[in-house]
Amino acid sequence: MAASSLALKTAVRLPARRFASHFTYQPSVAPASLGAERTKMNLCQAVNNAMDIAMGTDQSALVFGEDVAFGGVFRCTVGLQDKYGKDRVFNTPLCEQGIAGFAIGVATIGSTAIAEIQFGDYIFPAYDQIVNEAAKYRYRSGGLFSCGGLTIRATCGAVGHGALYHSQSPEANFTHTPGLKIVVPRGPIQAKGLLLSCIRDPDPCIFLEPKVLYRQAVEEVPSGDYSIPIGKAEVLKTGKDVSIVAWGTQVHVVSEAAKLAEEKLGVSVEVIDLQSIQPWDEDCVAESVTKTGRLIISHEAPLNSGFGAEIASTIQKRCFLSLESPIERVCGWDTPFPHVYEPFYLPTVWRVFDAIKKTVKY
Amino acid sequence: MRAAIYRALCRMLPRRVLLASMRRGRVAAPAPTAAGGCPRYASSTEVTSDEFRLKEYGQKYLGYRKAAFTESLEIVDPARDPAFPIYRVTDATGKIIDQAQDPKFSEEHALHMYRTMTQLNIMDRILYDSQRQGRISFYMTSFGEEGNHVGSAAALAPNDLVFGQYREVGVLMYRGFPLEQFMHQCYGNHCDIGKGKQMPVHYGSSEHNFVTISSPLTTQLPQAAGAAYAFKMRPGNDRIVCVYFGDGAASEGDAHAAFNFAATLKCPIIFFCRNNGYAISTPTSEQYGGDGIAGKGPGYGLHTIRTSEEVTQWGGIDNPIVRFKRYITERGWWNEEKEKAWQAEVRKKVLTNLTSSEKEKLAHYHEMFEGVYKTVPEHLRRQRAELDEHIKEYGSHYPVDRQLTN
Repeated sequence: MAASSLALKTAVRLPARRFASHFTYQPSVAPASLGAERTKMNLCQAVNNAMDIAMGTDQSALVFGEDVAFGGVFRCTVGLQDKYGKDRVFNTPLCEQGIAGFAIGVATIGSTAIAEIQFGDYIFPAYDQIVNEAAKYRYRSGGLFSCGGLTIRATCGAVGHGALYHSQSPEANFTHTPGLKIVVPRGPIQAKGLLLSCIRDPDPCIFLEPKVLYRQAVEEVPSGDYSIPIGKAEVLKTGKDVSIVAWGTQVHVVSEAAKLAEEKLGVSVEVIDLQSIQPWDEDCVAESVTKTGRLIISHEAPLNSGFGAEIASTIQKRCFLSLESPIERVCGWDTPFPHVYEPFYLPTVWRVFDAIKKTVKY
Repeated sequence: MRAAIYRALCRMLPRRVLLASMRRGRVAAPAPTAAGGCPRYASSTEVTSDEFRLKEYGQKYLGYRKAAFTESLEIVDPARDPAFPIYRVTDATGKIIDQAQDPKFSEEHALHMYRTMTQLNIMDRILYDSQRQGRISFYMTSFGEEGNHVGSAAALAPNDLVFGQYREVGVLMYRGFPLEQFMHQCYGNHCDIGKGKQMPVHYGSSEHNFVTISSPLTTQLPQAAGAAYAFKMRPGNDRIVCVYFGDGAASEGDAHAAFNFAATLKCPIIFFCRNNGYAISTPTSEQYGGDGIAGKGPGYGLHTIRTSEEVTQWGGIDNPIVRFKRYITERGWWNEEKEKAWQAEVRKKVLTNLTSSEKEKLAHYHEMFEGVYKTVPEHLRRQRAELDEHIKEYGSHYPVDRQLTN
């Protein structure tokens, strides 16, 4: 993707300015508990660093997928083959069901598999292996076998010009499957800590990396070996009028909308990064909504049966007596992800802002 | 470098393949040349010889195999090639055809193979009947395929890892999986080491290096390749993987994935295809157009053999058990008296186990929430508690008496 679009720029004269970015990245500050030494990294480097640490501490860990040997089309595996050898970091044939099945097999005998699916959009050929096999391995064997050492990394989310097959956010396609863990980081600090957790977690994990953040998101990442727990949300900003839940890139969109709403409407917004989509931190969200009485959920994926529906329904049940307005969902439309209409498709800062306005005025 | 790849691709590949490669970021389009579009093939001064071109072609596209140029326009007709020959050791009467090929089984080894085949056959008949009587929900027999199970199992080391489809019960039985466990699994009672989660005949045993069976066909093939690769990576490893599948399963995309991965990643693995002529009702003529499954192997760069098990005519006169019985009888290791005693012993053992398995209770329903994840997560603990509350009030509408009390 990145390579071909670069090439196109040389071949075609582009309009002076495109609608390049729909958000402003808000860097995080890592807590002191994650270690004092820091290195400036983008998300791509943080992912690379996590795999480097995982491979250094676990001799059985293997990294593979399409084009990972030369460093990956997004440069996430740069240098790993030189450091750990061709047997531990290698290309596979171009076949996603094969990658997932092969990875399950590696994990079945207790080794660690870190498999890459080049784009989340191309994870569907592996859907059977992930849903019918990886997710059910431990359960169906009564615990005799498991593939807990399996982590599948895939890119996800809008990138400005990715159209139908370089933009999808497939998390809800997997949350309907018990046995899987699904994690989406919002920046380099979280990417490193959460990916290390996924790799070492005893259950199969899908780690979705918002590719628009690969280079854009830069911050001071703790240099050492640390982890961020799966299943825990993070409250990024406390507020008292309305809670907003998002994950991945969308966290930055809702954070910006929250700032706008405070400036223009005087509304106090609590922003929550869900981080783990499965299992998700019900208690954190319920506690927030019990306090604020209002909830907005925002994700890039389409509205219909998106993970926002699960959150809305659960919170409606747990917080019925606290809710002062209907739970609002600001999501992608129920269409395929379009090319030139991306700016109109995305749940933008202004759509989130409008949802805040309508929710508090309800 | 990238421009060179692009030029090569322009020559070699249809446009849609090139576009697919670009989509994956495998090649980038270079800046257009002055003439525009794809540069023509290099001038004659650059092309020194046919050998150079053949060498380049072989290295780039044929995995270092050598190809030759031909000036005759000939399209390969697969039907004109001879089919893979069928390797056999004995004829239909159980006689060794070429003495040099005699595996020279010891008496103990041969009898273990025979006893496994016959025990499986007897268990199959009894469990098949019990399914028809509605005592178990489902069953699948191995009639006619007992030979390939025990023959291959006998050739593997006990610690070689086996992935199966569902008709490889003889492999597990040969390895000493307890008879009663087969029946516990079919009943899904609390003694089942699989914890009553799966349909009957979905056996598995970590102790016997036999990965638990699942229903989706062929999913085990790329998994087996992955396990084999991971074995290869272990220092001092002496284990291989053997993966079984039927001729119908070989049509799934996962079979293609597995053959290709195993070849390119050099995995220590045996793909064992049981070609019995049918996938449920579909004959092989509707399953593939080539020379069976063996015919596919060389296309992937896999060493391939076809053995007589693939095409034997089934029935009373020629099946693996009858043939092997002749082999051991001729060597004086077996006779009708022993046969009668063994048949009676196994029948009794199977029937006794069947009855006792049937009487065992199911595990408590809490087991349903175990093993989804390594530890039961909060949301599942909530759902378990919700079911507990429900059962407290409505328990009389559920088969609570069939399960153990917690």
